[in-house]
Amino acid sequence: MSTVLLLLGAGLARGAVFALFALALVLIWRATRIANFAQGAMAVTAAYVAYLVLIGTGSFPLAVVVVLLAGAGIGVGVERGLMRYLPTASPLNAIIVAIGVVMVLTGLLGILFGADYKPISVPFSREPITVGSLAIVSPYTLFVFVVIAVVVAGIGLLFTRTSLGLAMRASAFDEEVARLNGVRVVRMRTLGWMLSSAVGGLAVLLAVPTELGLNPHSGDLLFVNAFTVAIIGGLDSPVGAVVAGLGVGVLLTIVTTLWGATVGPIAILLLLVLVLLLRPQGLFSLRKARLA
Amino acid sequence: MSVADTGAPAPAARLSVRDVTARFGGITALEDVSFDVAPGEVVGLIGPNGAGKTTMFNIICGLAKAKSGTVLVDGEPRPRADRLAAAGVARTFQGLALFSGLTVRQNVMAGLSPLAPGALTGLIGLKAGPRHLEDAARRAQSALDGLGIGDTADRLPDDLPYPLQKRVALARALVSSPRLLLLDEPAGGLGEDEIDELGELILDVVRENAETSVLFVEHHVDLVMAVSDRIVVLDAGRVIAAGTPERIRVDPVVAEAYLGQDVDVDDIQGVGR
Repeated sequence: MSTVLLLLGAGLARGAVFALFALALVLIWRATRIANFAQGAMAVTAAYVAYLVLIGTGSFPLAVVVVLLAGAGIGVGVERGLMRYLPTASPLNAIIVAIGVVMVLTGLLGILFGADYKPISVPFSREPITVGSLAIVSPYTLFVFVVIAVVVAGIGLLFTRTSLGLAMRASAFDEEVARLNGVRVVRMRTLGWMLSSAVGGLAVLLAVPTELGLNPHSGDLLFVNAFTVAIIGGLDSPVGAVVAGLGVGVLLTIVTTLWGATVGPIAILLLLVLVLLLRPQGLFSLRKARLA
Repeated sequence: MSVADTGAPAPAARLSVRDVTARFGGITALEDVSFDVAPGEVVGLIGPNGAGKTTMFNIICGLAKAKSGTVLVDGEPRPRADRLAAAGVARTFQGLALFSGLTVRQNVMAGLSPLAPGALTGLIGLKAGPRHLEDAARRAQSALDGLGIGDTADRLPDDLPYPLQKRVALARALVSSPRLLLLDEPAGGLGEDEIDELGELILDVVRENAETSVLFVEHHVDLVMAVSDRIVVLDAGRVIAAGTPERIRVDPVVAEAYLGQDVDVDDIQGVGR
């Protein structure tokens, strides 16, 4: 029983990070119709900025704030410096440029910080809380849950309760028509990149202490897992990203515990293939939303 | 009324198009096109395929650039595209251009200019808070009810039959009570009864608000003749005639260039004004 609860807790914690990162991918997709392959490298770059603040001040809460700001800034930089100048005729343009961004950022981070893993200390214990004889989740995992719940709720409110969210979605579906309806499309695109990159950076920072460790390639595997999660949930669906993220996290934890770490990625890819065969638009996406 | 008859832009003109020329590559899409739309006036823009009607619409909206000429809205140079809604201009598209991932209600709400450009409060979402959105939802529902499609509000546009999608596009254009309504082939794909209803609807728009002007591109000549105060006829990018429906009916240049010699204009019927 204790093992099951522990696995479930660990799986949900891992899944919550997947969900948050997948949410970042969904946000950029909703705002710009771009699958941002540079999300991992951008997020890791933001996490390094937060790392510098952490070793300078020792304040993890400040590092959380800084990673959001740095992520937003990097998002603006990539959008204003590169993405807005791309021809939109083919989605491949953005993918190729994003891969270029990955190479530049990981190269720069390697030069500046080296390839070794940087430790990040957190002000919460990572030892599981025990209730009676049952070990459940660690305080840090609970902290991660709370932060992610707040972010997800905030994003949910943004898109469902504000005109800003409606304007962002409208401009993502049809820029020309949105523009004629008074939406500043370029601004919406920039906001999408800011929001997405901030959330991605936060996901990496939260995952570093328990999952990733911080090095220039920390975001690579997280990106692969989260991208899979986003596809499974439906690229247009924040709810899908959260539910699929938690599900994949639990699945991955159970599979790797039972059969070893090498089987985990195979299980996730099998799940991806299954979803794409049975429901190509993802489990929670509105019909045709991904193609719009 | 010929182009020359229009003279200088009337101070009260809702829309004034002056000497607009547009060239794309080596092709002249529009050549010295001029016409006005007065407040409360319904003007039909007709012409054979390739005459430049949609190009004219795109230039009016700022979606295409003219090589020369001016477009004035209420006497002022036409604002850029994302400020057109604030200037009281709304448009439908030939291809509907509905937001396929938004519900019908959200599509119409988008017609209420979700974010006023330049508004700081709008940028950070304050103006765009729940109360603002609820008000927008109410107005959108009212616009949908007015067009008889209130029960489709929570559905996706792609799930609706084409004529209903047309109404959604119309509701999105009407919801903001625009002063200038631009309709790009509103009758395309509609049946005869639906076209009659559309004609009544266009007339209702100007009946309910005497200040609202309508400029519409249309191939259904009977609809154009029935609802227009004036008609501007384009052919190969030039205005070949402009005037009342009665005058256009008997204009031999129009008959030859657009309507065709075999058209019996006496048979043209439609809803009256």
